[in-house]
This record gives sequence, C-alpha cells and structure tokens, in this order.
Amino acid sequence: MNAAVLATAATEADLGAARMQMALSLGWHIILACLGVGMPAITLLAEWRGHRTGDVHYRLLARRWARAMGVLFAVGAVSGTILSFEMGLLWPGLMGTYGQVIGLPFSLEGIAFFIEAIFLGIYLYAWDRMPPIPHMLSGVPIVLAGVASAFFVVTANAWMQQPTGFDTVDGKIVAVDPWAAMFNPATPSQTVHMILAAFMVAGFAMASVYAVAMLRGRRDRYHRLGFLVPFTVAAIVTPVQIGVGDWAAHFVASNQPVKLAAMEGVFETGRGVPLHLGGIAVDGEMRYALEIPNGLSLLAHWDPHAEIVGLNEKPVADRPPVNVVHWAFQVMVGMGFALLALAAWMLLGWWRRREIPGTAWFLRAASLSGVAAVLALEAGWVVTEVGRQPWIVYGVQRTADAVNPAPGLVWGFVLVSAIYVLLTVASVYVLRRLARDRPVPLAPQESDVADYKVI
Amino acid sequence: MPSAEIMLAVIWLGVTAYVLFGGADFGGGVWDLFAGGAERGRSLRGLVEHSIGPVWEANHVWLIFVIVLAWTGFPSVFAAVASTLYIPLTLAALGIIARGAAFAFRKVSTQLWQQRLFGATFAFSSVVTPFFLGTVAGAIASGRIPPGIAEGDLFTSWLNPTSLAAGALAVGTAAYLAAVYLTRDAQRDGETGLSEAFRRRALGAGAVVGVLSAVGLLVLRADARRLFDALTSGVALPLLILSVVSGVASLVLLWFRRYLAVRVTAALAVAGLLWGWGAGQHPWLLPGVRVQDAAATSTVLNASLLCLAIGALLLLPSLWWLYAMFQRSQSEEEPVSSGESG
Repeated sequence: MNAAVLATAATEADLGAARMQMALSLGWHIILACLGVGMPAITLLAEWRGHRTGDVHYRLLARRWARAMGVLFAVGAVSGTILSFEMGLLWPGLMGTYGQVIGLPFSLEGIAFFIEAIFLGIYLYAWDRMPPIPHMLSGVPIVLAGVASAFFVVTANAWMQQPTGFDTVDGKIVAVDPWAAMFNPATPSQTVHMILAAFMVAGFAMASVYAVAMLRGRRDRYHRLGFLVPFTVAAIVTPVQIGVGDWAAHFVASNQPVKLAAMEGVFETGRGVPLHLGGIAVDGEMRYALEIPNGLSLLAHWDPHAEIVGLNEKPVADRPPVNVVHWAFQVMVGMGFALLALAAWMLLGWWRRREIPGTAWFLRAASLSGVAAVLALEAGWVVTEVGRQPWIVYGVQRTADAVNPAPGLVWGFVLVSAIYVLLTVASVYVLRRLARDRPVPLAPQESDVADYKVI
Repeated sequence: MPSAEIMLAVIWLGVTAYVLFGGADFGGGVWDLFAGGAERGRSLRGLVEHSIGPVWEANHVWLIFVIVLAWTGFPSVFAAVASTLYIPLTLAALGIIARGAAFAFRKVSTQLWQQRLFGATFAFSSVVTPFFLGTVAGAIASGRIPPGIAEGDLFTSWLNPTSLAAGALAVGTAAYLAAVYLTRDAQRDGETGLSEAFRRRALGAGAVVGVLSAVGLLVLRADARRLFDALTSGVALPLLILSVVSGVASLVLLWFRRYLAVRVTAALAVAGLLWGWGAGQHPWLLPGVRVQDAAATSTVLNASLLCLAIGALLLLPSLWWLYAMFQRSQSEEEPVSSGESG
C-alpha cells in the first residue's frame, strides 16, 4: 500500500467522521430546537388558561414547564452554537463558496434568535416581577421569534436541496440574488413541514411525561391537564402535518426524483410503479417488500400511470444509499400515522365521554408518543439529508468536495461524541431531578403556585 | 466598496459587544473558579449567578451573530479561518456547550455534590473558552492564516507567542470586566462586603491586564511587526492611547469606588484595544487578502445590512429593556404588588 492510497483512505474516514459529527450534533440540537419552538407556546397557553380561570393547576403547570424550559433553552442555545462553528470547521468548501448565498437567512435567524433569548430572559426571570398580562405578552415574542428562527434556518437547508439565486463563473460566485436563494422552490413545503414537526415533538413529548404519571396512578386534575394541553396542540397539528408531508413528497417527486427513487427503492424507470412497504435493496433490486400496485405513481403524481424515474438512470456514484433513505422514510410515515391514530383515539374518547380514554392501553401508547414524534423527526431529517447525497448542494457541489481536508477530523468526532454522551446523561438526569425534587402536591393550593420559583 | 467596509464595521461592533457582555459572563465563571470552598464562596457565587442568569443567553447570541455575518460578508476568509483553526475552534465550541449547560444545570440543582460538579464544569469552561477564542484572535492578528482551505499549520497557527498572549489577555479581560460590573451589582443589592471583594479583584485584574497588554505589545513587536508598528506609530495609535488612558482612569475610579463610571472606562479600555487591533490590521483580513478581495457581492451585503438595520430597531429596545429590568435596584424576593420605586 503506498502513501497515496493511505492518504485517500484517511480522507474517506475523515469525511465519514465529519458527516457523523454533523449528524450527531444536528440530530441532537433539533430535538431541543423543537422544544424551544413548541414549549413556549404550550406554556403560554397554560399560563393564559390559568389567568382566565384562576385555576391553580394550570398556573402551577405553567411555572413548572417554564422552569424546565429554562434548562432546555440553555442547552438548545449552546448545542445550536456548535452547529454554526461546524459549518466552517467541517464544511469550509461549502461556506467559502456559498456562504454568502445562504448568508441572508442566517443573518435574519441571528436577529430572531436574539429576540428569542432576550424575551426568554425577561419571561423567565421577571415572572414574579410583572403583572400577569404584561408577563404573558413578554412571552409572545419568544413564540414568534422561535417560529421565525426555524423558518430562516430551514430556508438555508431548502436551498441546499434546490440551489437557486446565484451565478458562477469558473467555480466563483459572480452574482447572487439572496432573496431568490432564500425563497427557493423547496422553501414553502420544507419550512412548514419543519415548523409543524416542532409543535408535534414538543406537544407529544410533554404529554407523554404526564401519560407516564397517569399510568403510575396519578390521575388527578393536575396530571390530566398536563396531558391534555400539550396533547391537544400536537393532536390538532398531526393531521395537518400529514397533508403537508404529502405536499413535501410531491415536491420531492417533481424536483428531486433521485431522492424519491431512493425513498421508495425504485431502480427501473417505469409507469404505474407500485408503492414499496418495507423490503430491502440488494444488488440493485428491491426485495421482500409488500407492493401496492400503482401506489407510488398515484401518490407521487396523483395519476396511477405516472412515470417514476428509477435510480438506474444515474451512475452509482450519484445515488444516495437506498436502504437508509427508504427505511427512514418508512419510519417517518409509520410514526406519523401511528400518532394520527392516537389523536383519533383521543378524539373518539373525548367525543363520547368528555374524558381521556380510560384504558391503560391508551396511556401506554400516549406515553410512547413523544419518542415516536422524535423518531419521526429524526427519520425525516435522514430522508432529507441522506437522500440528497452525494451532494451537499444538490447537483452543484459534492459533500466530499466541501469537507475540511485537514487531517484528524476522526479525533474531533470522537471528542465531540464523548461530550455529547455526557451532555445527554446530564440533561436527562437534571430534568428528572427537576420533576422529582419538588413533587406536585395531590391538591395544589394557591401557596404551591406562589412558592414555586420559576428561576 | 463601502458596503463591505460597513459590514466589516458591523462585525467588529458585534465582536466588541460579545467581548464586553459575553466576555464578562465568562469572567463571572473565572471568579467562580477562584471563589474557594462551597461555604466560603457561596455568596460570591450567588452574586455571579444572579447577575449573569437573565442575560447570558442574549449576550451569547453576539457570537453567533458575528459568525454568520462573517460567512455572509467574507465567506472565503471565514472558510480559511475555520478550516485552519479547527482545533481551537472545536475546543472553544465544546467549552461553550459545557459552560452554558453546566450553568443551567447548577441553577436547578439542589444537592451540594451536583452543584459542585456542575459548578466546577461551568467555572473551568469559563476560563478555557475565552482562552481558545483568544488564540484564534492571535492567529488572525499575527497573519498565520493563509487564504484557502486548511492551508495554514494546524498547530503553530494558534500555538505561537501572539496567540498565547491573546489567549491570556482574553481570560484576563473577561475576569476584569466581570469584576468591574459585579462591584456595582453588589453595591446595588446592598452587599457591601461583596462589593469590596470585587473591587479588590477588579483592581488586581486591572493591573494584571495592564501588564498582559504591555507584554502583548512586546510579543507583537517580535511576532507581528506590522500590527505593532500600526499600534505604536500608525493609524491605531490614538485607539491604543484611548485604551491606556481609560485603563488608568478605571483603576483610579475603582480606587475611589465610582462603580458606575468605571463601567464606562473599563469598557472603553477594552474596546480601544479591540478597535486598535482592527484599525492596525485594516485593510488586510488575511495575508494578501484585503477587505474588497474577500467581500461578498454587493447585493448580498446590501440585503443583509438592510435586514440588520431593520432588525436593530427591534433588537436595541428589547436589549435595553432586558438590561434595564435586571439592573434595577430591587431584591429578588420582592413581590409584584408592593410597587416598584426604581
């Protein structure tokens, strides 16, 4: 083995490490980011209900959620910061050339995040200094800026799927229309899909905490409300999200046919293509999948005989890894429909008896809803990002050409992974202590609300 | 190309704000590290936590702001710096994670061992993070980052005399600013003992930072002659003088316990140093790369600057409100209904 071969091998290991590091830190941050977008809205909802009705249960819930939010927001802020570092540390080839093209949405995101952080400081730390209505109003900018941040960041990712708004000559950018780059064709469906996902993740995750408590026998008003408020938000969003998901899939079918082919494991171009459920791609062929005749053509283009472009149209070097993308897509859709079924179950129970379904099976399912929503979120991002490979900027720049060529990225990945293990353990531990150190009284009184310090 | 110059100035304002506000939050952690045992250091740590708690996240956003504006306005420079300096920048990013997370964790912890563990993590990373960020500044100031991607030396680019001096100066400056700000915070809360403790620390740290700056100049003379000449005889000299005068004035004001006024002079001393560096290095961003060589297209610059101008209309009043709210003389326990009297 000569030195050149060794050097190439090292670069491939470094590329893999860089991709894994990005996936780890992004996949970690995105959960916190969803909570950061969804939790303030749900907390404000509880605070508002508490203010309107004077109900101590709502008011105590709002305070306890706000305390947890303070921890989660801090962790989310710092885990988001490393991403902005990593854009340059890991992908200087992307940023050095296209940084200015996607700079505008990031500048706007910076402003939005600033607003979020400022008002979160006020909302949390001035809880007992301000009268209720100004206090609730101080929470509104957190929600608006959180949604705006998500929008701006996802427009930059959408640009990586549908790069528009720039002209290059000999690999150098000569003209940029930053607004066209920001409002690229992928922006509408992708941003809406992400923002709704944030509310689903936050709502189901918060609700599942109370589903667990109810399974353990705490079925008092406090825990029922703690379940109902976030669950209702998530359950309302879920059917909308499935519709938006369909919109996003149609977009991919029309604009990123290779990604669609990988999502569905389609190798041969054809008409009336079946939908593959499950299955595994081996040697350029989908095996063991349950086939629904004409299903894919119908779903992707609303026409049972529509043409679907297969992976074989592209050289192997231009295809994403099929099984990862296919299975991630199955997981996302499967979780989405499972959550829809759970929401329908709840609706049925509420419609018949104005009550949370009494069976333990409902609570068991509901206690898994947070995990299911997070799985769907992560799987969705795997579809988006792995499905775009081997491109970092779809059709324009390859991931391998964007990575930092400096040696040793593998060690950076090892170090970052170790820190994230510690961060995960500490975060989970602290949040569990937060709930347990001050247990909720069986019948909360006014004094229990006043004595619970948010900060 | 004036919009490139404006963008550079905006980035430098962001750096200044991050050093003056975010830096002081790190400095709080430095004093936490040296506060002694759990019992003896309790009140000092309490004041640090109380002062930085509501504002550190907002102060931290200045860094993100600077980073995204750097890649928007000067993408190739950003790529060159990030790729060559990926070791200290990775360490700084991990330090940022450890500092912020541990601070939030300690706040809600109830048991002593938890507070010790998270507190130590918070304090240690508060020293380490500004050091690594300082080495990055030193690498840029001493012209050790060639243009291109990962073209510079992965180690000597930030392990060199200028970087080490800048790293030490960053930690010292952070601690100094924190001590200056905390004297006033303690005084306002009626904590005379703490106020005196931070006055002593501020005087000590001020002297140390003065010495470090002088040593830093000597290092520049040997290691980055161009910048040294600009600072001592060129365009940057007035800013250096401003910094030195403000630094001396700060010591005098601290001596006479003028804690509000010293906030201004201490900030001026630090800002003078930063802008002196900026003026001394201008127009060179990297060796052979001037501002106009690396600037983004003017459409990008103009669009971003326009958005920032509009954003500032939202941001500045909000920031003002945040600081004003937590700088008011009011004890934590005071309920809303008792009426606020400023």
